[in-house]
Amino acid sequence: MIPRLGPGKARTLTYLTLIAVVFFSALPLYYSVVVASRDNSALADVPPPLWPGGNFVANVEKVFDTVPFALALLNSVLVAGSIAIAVMFFSTLAGFAFAKLRFRGRNALLLITVATMMVPTQLGIIPLYLIMVKLEWTGSMYALIVPALVNAFGVFFMTQFLSRALPTELLEAGRVDGCTTWGLFWHVVLPVARPAAAVLGMLTFMSAWNDYFWPLVVLTPENPTVQVALSTLAAGYVSDYALSLTGTTLGTLPLVIVFALLGKQIIGGIMQGAVKG
Amino acid sequence: MATRAPDRPTAVPRHRSERFSRQLAYRLDVKASPYAYVMPFLLVFCAFGLFPLVYTAWVSLHEWTLLSDVHKFVGLDNFAFLLGDEYFWNATFNTVSIGLVSTVPQLLLAIWLAHLLNRPLRAQTLFRVTLLLPNVTSVVAVVVIFSQLFGRDYGLINWVLSWFGVGAIDWNAGTASSHVAISTMIMWRWTGYNALIFLAAMQAVPRDLYEAATIDGASGFTQLRKITIPMIKPTIVFVVVTSTIGAMQVVAEPLLFGTYSPTGGPDRQYQTLSLFIYENFAKLDFGYASAISWMMFVFIVIAAGVNYLLTRRSGGNLT
Repeated sequence: MIPRLGPGKARTLTYLTLIAVVFFSALPLYYSVVVASRDNSALADVPPPLWPGGNFVANVEKVFDTVPFALALLNSVLVAGSIAIAVMFFSTLAGFAFAKLRFRGRNALLLITVATMMVPTQLGIIPLYLIMVKLEWTGSMYALIVPALVNAFGVFFMTQFLSRALPTELLEAGRVDGCTTWGLFWHVVLPVARPAAAVLGMLTFMSAWNDYFWPLVVLTPENPTVQVALSTLAAGYVSDYALSLTGTTLGTLPLVIVFALLGKQIIGGIMQGAVKG
Repeated sequence: MATRAPDRPTAVPRHRSERFSRQLAYRLDVKASPYAYVMPFLLVFCAFGLFPLVYTAWVSLHEWTLLSDVHKFVGLDNFAFLLGDEYFWNATFNTVSIGLVSTVPQLLLAIWLAHLLNRPLRAQTLFRVTLLLPNVTSVVAVVVIFSQLFGRDYGLINWVLSWFGVGAIDWNAGTASSHVAISTMIMWRWTGYNALIFLAAMQAVPRDLYEAATIDGASGFTQLRKITIPMIKPTIVFVVVTSTIGAMQVVAEPLLFGTYSPTGGPDRQYQTLSLFIYENFAKLDFGYASAISWMMFVFIVIAAGVNYLLTRRSGGNLT
């Protein structure tokens, strides 16, 4: 049995609280749509506008005129897409080795991987920039993609999943049939890993899409990602909220749609990854 | 399914040398493959994770700008200057203040929400998905949206407050008010995420504990305090430590809230440590920025360590 919900009063209170949470979670997003569909001057009205207006298309055109937004979208899709694919592949590969293969130094390496997740990323940002200067990658998408090709969280996530979900007998049977280790990975591990790798891919895509600080440091406003373009839009001398919020709506919409469709699986993945025993 | 290799006489190679080379290939495959598979991760980590960390220490001992190829070794001068720099201590204060105001209520709220969700409810999925919606929104979007909501003249929040006779607050101007505004943004983005992590841990708690408690007449709140929180303590410790590390690194919120200015407001009233690093980085003073980075690292280790010990020792009496 799950803890009892108690009498009707407690039940109503629980639902009311949760509905309030839903309201406050959704309100800022809703309000940004309201502002994005208005003329900037409408924001000075008292009371403030609470319903969407009819100025959205005009605002969208203005966004594309003010910053290179099409290029930004293309860059973001390219960067987040290649990072997600690489992280899925390399994390499954390393996760397979950590979960099912025996080799000297395995436990020590796994421990280092877990410890890596705790290292604050921002500390290395200056040398990272110096490296990019040396490689002549500043201003280019390589500077975003290459350091993110694989990360400790992904390796840990796939190790956890594979040590639970991949039966060792299946691997032994593959060995008997004459598979090399690579053959095992390709024919046995990948099919089993697919659902977890998909969740990892979505999580990675979202965080790469939303990444802001490092792209801001290393890119130029002329060749931006979506987030960098949005901050350029918001940093104008005359604050045009209708314009900036149109930009944020455009930049957030793709993710919110993906999330609305696949939210259940993504949440399952987050909650699975969270239980570390 | 057979787990032992069946005898297959036909597969035995004809020559000894061929058999030997096959065996060698097999042993090489089994021995070397694991290293090859973890290698991509290790390479990326060493090149772009570990090396920068160590290199930061090296740079911090120099007078280092991007404008000159000569980097003068100055020993600990950068650190000595840092300890006397009032801007540094101001940034430290702001980081701790924003960290406390955003994290403490956030984690209490997250535990409570997880507790509410850990029951048979209608529309479970809907509640969970909306809870995570803020986390899908990017930092830039969050700050742009909330800067509008916190606007002095036309902001929605001041409009609602005016019903209660509160005058127009200039959220950006004061130290306390700007910290509250920035903390609100952080809370909005992370509460739901942490609630889901707590919920995952709560679902692993054996149900019969609650049954017994219900029979003994324990209320929901007592069950939360006496059963749930002690049982999910490893997760609480984990979330507290990761939140601490996250809070020490807050940078995008104050940067964007101050419309791109790396000083964090005209009076540096909400400049965090990370933003202070960025300010010196933007001035191309890499040596000094690296010194701040290392001091920040020391602070993070201390803060995470202290919180780790505090949450681990606090027993079941967390709330």
